[in-house]
Amino acid sequence: MDDLKQVKHLHARAGFGLRFEDLKKAEHTSIKKAVKHLFSASEKSSDIGIVQSNPDYMMAMKADADTKKMLLQQQRQQEKDLNLNWINQMIATDAVLREKMTLFWNNHFACRTNNAFYAQQLNNIQRSNALGNFRDLTIQVSKSPAMLQFLNNQQNHKNHPNENFARELMELFTLGRGNYTELDVKESARAFTGWGFDKEGQFVMRQNQHDDGQKTFLGKTGTFAGEDIINIILEQKQTAHFICNKLYKYLVNETPDQSCVNAMADVFYNGNYEIKPLLEFVFTSDWFYDDHNVGNLIKSPIELIVGLSRQFYITYPRPETLLEFQRTLGQVLLNPPNVAGWPGGRNWIDSSSLMYRLKIPSLVLDGGLIDFAGKADPEDEAYLATVRNRQTAVNTRVQTQVDWDKFLKSIPGHLSNIEIAQFLLEPRLNSTIQNTVSANTDIKTMAIELVSTPEYQLC
Amino acid sequence: MSNAEQMKRRDFLKNSALASGAFLVPAFLKPFEALAQGETSSYKNLVVIQLSGGNDGLNTVIPFGNDIYYQKRSSIAINKTDIIGLNDMQGLNPSLSSLKEIYDQGWMTVINSVGYPNPDRSHFRSMDIWQTASDSNQFLTTGWIGRYLDSNCQTCRTPYTAIEVDDTLSLAMKGATMKGIAVQDPGKLFQETREPFFKSLVHAHNSEHLNEDNLGYLYKTMIETYSSADYIQQTSKTYAVKAEYPNTQLGNQLKTVSKFINSGLKTRVYYVSLGGFDTHVRQQDQQSRQLKICGDAVAAFIKDLKQSGKLDETLVMTFSEFGRRVEQNASNGTDHGTANNVFLFGGKLKKAGIYNDAPDLSDLDNGDLKYQIDFRDVYATLLDKWLDMNNSQVLTKSFKGLDFISGVE
Repeated sequence: MDDLKQVKHLHARAGFGLRFEDLKKAEHTSIKKAVKHLFSASEKSSDIGIVQSNPDYMMAMKADADTKKMLLQQQRQQEKDLNLNWINQMIATDAVLREKMTLFWNNHFACRTNNAFYAQQLNNIQRSNALGNFRDLTIQVSKSPAMLQFLNNQQNHKNHPNENFARELMELFTLGRGNYTELDVKESARAFTGWGFDKEGQFVMRQNQHDDGQKTFLGKTGTFAGEDIINIILEQKQTAHFICNKLYKYLVNETPDQSCVNAMADVFYNGNYEIKPLLEFVFTSDWFYDDHNVGNLIKSPIELIVGLSRQFYITYPRPETLLEFQRTLGQVLLNPPNVAGWPGGRNWIDSSSLMYRLKIPSLVLDGGLIDFAGKADPEDEAYLATVRNRQTAVNTRVQTQVDWDKFLKSIPGHLSNIEIAQFLLEPRLNSTIQNTVSANTDIKTMAIELVSTPEYQLC
Repeated sequence: MSNAEQMKRRDFLKNSALASGAFLVPAFLKPFEALAQGETSSYKNLVVIQLSGGNDGLNTVIPFGNDIYYQKRSSIAINKTDIIGLNDMQGLNPSLSSLKEIYDQGWMTVINSVGYPNPDRSHFRSMDIWQTASDSNQFLTTGWIGRYLDSNCQTCRTPYTAIEVDDTLSLAMKGATMKGIAVQDPGKLFQETREPFFKSLVHAHNSEHLNEDNLGYLYKTMIETYSSADYIQQTSKTYAVKAEYPNTQLGNQLKTVSKFINSGLKTRVYYVSLGGFDTHVRQQDQQSRQLKICGDAVAAFIKDLKQSGKLDETLVMTFSEFGRRVEQNASNGTDHGTANNVFLFGGKLKKAGIYNDAPDLSDLDNGDLKYQIDFRDVYATLLDKWLDMNNSQVLTKSFKGLDFISGVE
């Protein structure tokens, strides 16, 4: 594989895809330099701050109907604002690796809350620690109001333990099912008693509700508190393995190669759960660039929308469009189906979601028209005519703006159509697509066709 | 219509569908179509109606014979005189009046107190549990109908084995290897799949696309969608529904299901939803409205199927992700609860009427009903006795099932 192909693959996985404008730099870069550049571009973490107030729900419960209604509206607006702010940050950012990993941790520590302020807080924890240390990340997530609330730790009291948080911490966040006993769940739940938050959204340790008695957890005995439990969990190499296995599926291949995962777990565990060295190890390993690991991951709806918007410089003056796409494709940011997160992979694809995925690029780029360059039969001509008639209506509805000039100018002049096509699509071009490409003279038409293929669903 | 006439009619429809289908289907898709065409025409259908938001079961089938009901719901209880009595303990909400006739005909069964252990009161999570048929602390990524499709039974090899009349597909309908198909409007779906550019991709498919890898999976899904859209459109357009349906979304969806069933579509499971049952505030108006939509649409559907001779081959199940707390709240509404009733409709019910005892309002779990029947025993019955499947192949373990329908005759 030549260097450019490797850099392209790197960006498909570590970011949201390489743009033509990045090509000039990428063409003469070694993988080592490209990886270094990825990290330096993601050095800084920019918090999202759109949600400025924490709605007082205690007040809301007592309020009159009109105030309640207003608070409910405010809550919905905040949820919307946060969602759009994040997706637009992914579209605009240079810190692609950080956002891509924030997306990973957001789905790993999956959480649902009606309180956008708490959701934003958790999201910022996931972002600022995205390339940091997994221990810090886990502790901060565990102390966040969003998670404490979602997994009922506010109801975890000395004499009435609630095991929900302790169970999910082990089952989904660290060890994975089968690596602890029911007794471990019970004992660790006691260690988290008293962990809660106040109405400012600050973590509080309620000593009077905390069970400071002796606990036996994963073979150790002591008067453990929550942090001790997390430390003991991280002492198990299984935790490193569990996280690396999941990360491998996110970055490399849905079918884990156990020798690679083991090597990753060694790096992660020996490096005291530092995330950056682990990622560097993955991105500089030869196996990461093996042919069978290229162009075979199904993009999540967010990756699809963000990648498309970045490549074509799309802006959304009507922000609802972005929300509608998320809903239609089955991934509304910050609204995972449950604490296990979105399962991903083939789970994204069914008849209807695939048809939408194939149709959305043309809706965004050209009012729903995929100008057909091949041999159209009369029936097709009629179809195309209808679509052309509807273009204005579609445009009014989705209201996207595409910077075609910038896109077309960013394509290096020396590229052939085939090279342009291969740049836009990760999988190898099959003969049908090659024919499509050679039949086209217009780059714009060709580009729309290319991003409307099953191949474009892969990265 | 006599049986013989029905058979003839069915054969005619089947043959005409075959003829028109064969004419339009591109040559390479024929083996795929033939698979479906060659199978038997007598199909048992299951129609699942999901009531989203947590329908208040206690104000749907009202335990008017129990004083506790009136004590706990001082401002939202339904007056005894308005209730449509079913027995001396329970009766229907007056907004379900159109179901009275259906009930009296023996086409309706009410199962009380259906739920699951350690109930979850979050809409999303509890709906997840109902759709995936998981335990309450288990996270499954496939739905129960999806896993039925995965089982690769003789009659479930195509996406249109399970149709959701909607724009998007619910988790319930997604298996690991097979998924149902969402069809709100067969004509529209057909149109959408005829995009000339997509057509060119479908037609030009060759072996390199159909590997086991993800690209192969995408192409396979695309080709199946293309083919299913054609089959559903060509088959369903041979039948026009003559019965009157209420002009509501659910009414229209069930009308579409009727069209599908009566045209002889080889579909075994249909899925539709109705939302708006989350009645925390001023419950009476809102719930009455939704129940009326539901009752009127279902009654029209059942009568339509009776008329067309398909009622014996159809079983309808309604469910909601949870019921509501026994005691009302301070806003004349009810908050999220636990166990709830499930309705079944059909011409072949073994035990019509009220299946089991009314919920016990004195033995509560923290103010909530205790479930008496696991919802997966309801599913198990449908799988074993209606969809010709061994329920343990689809559910996480084997469930004993219930007795509201007979097994294979």
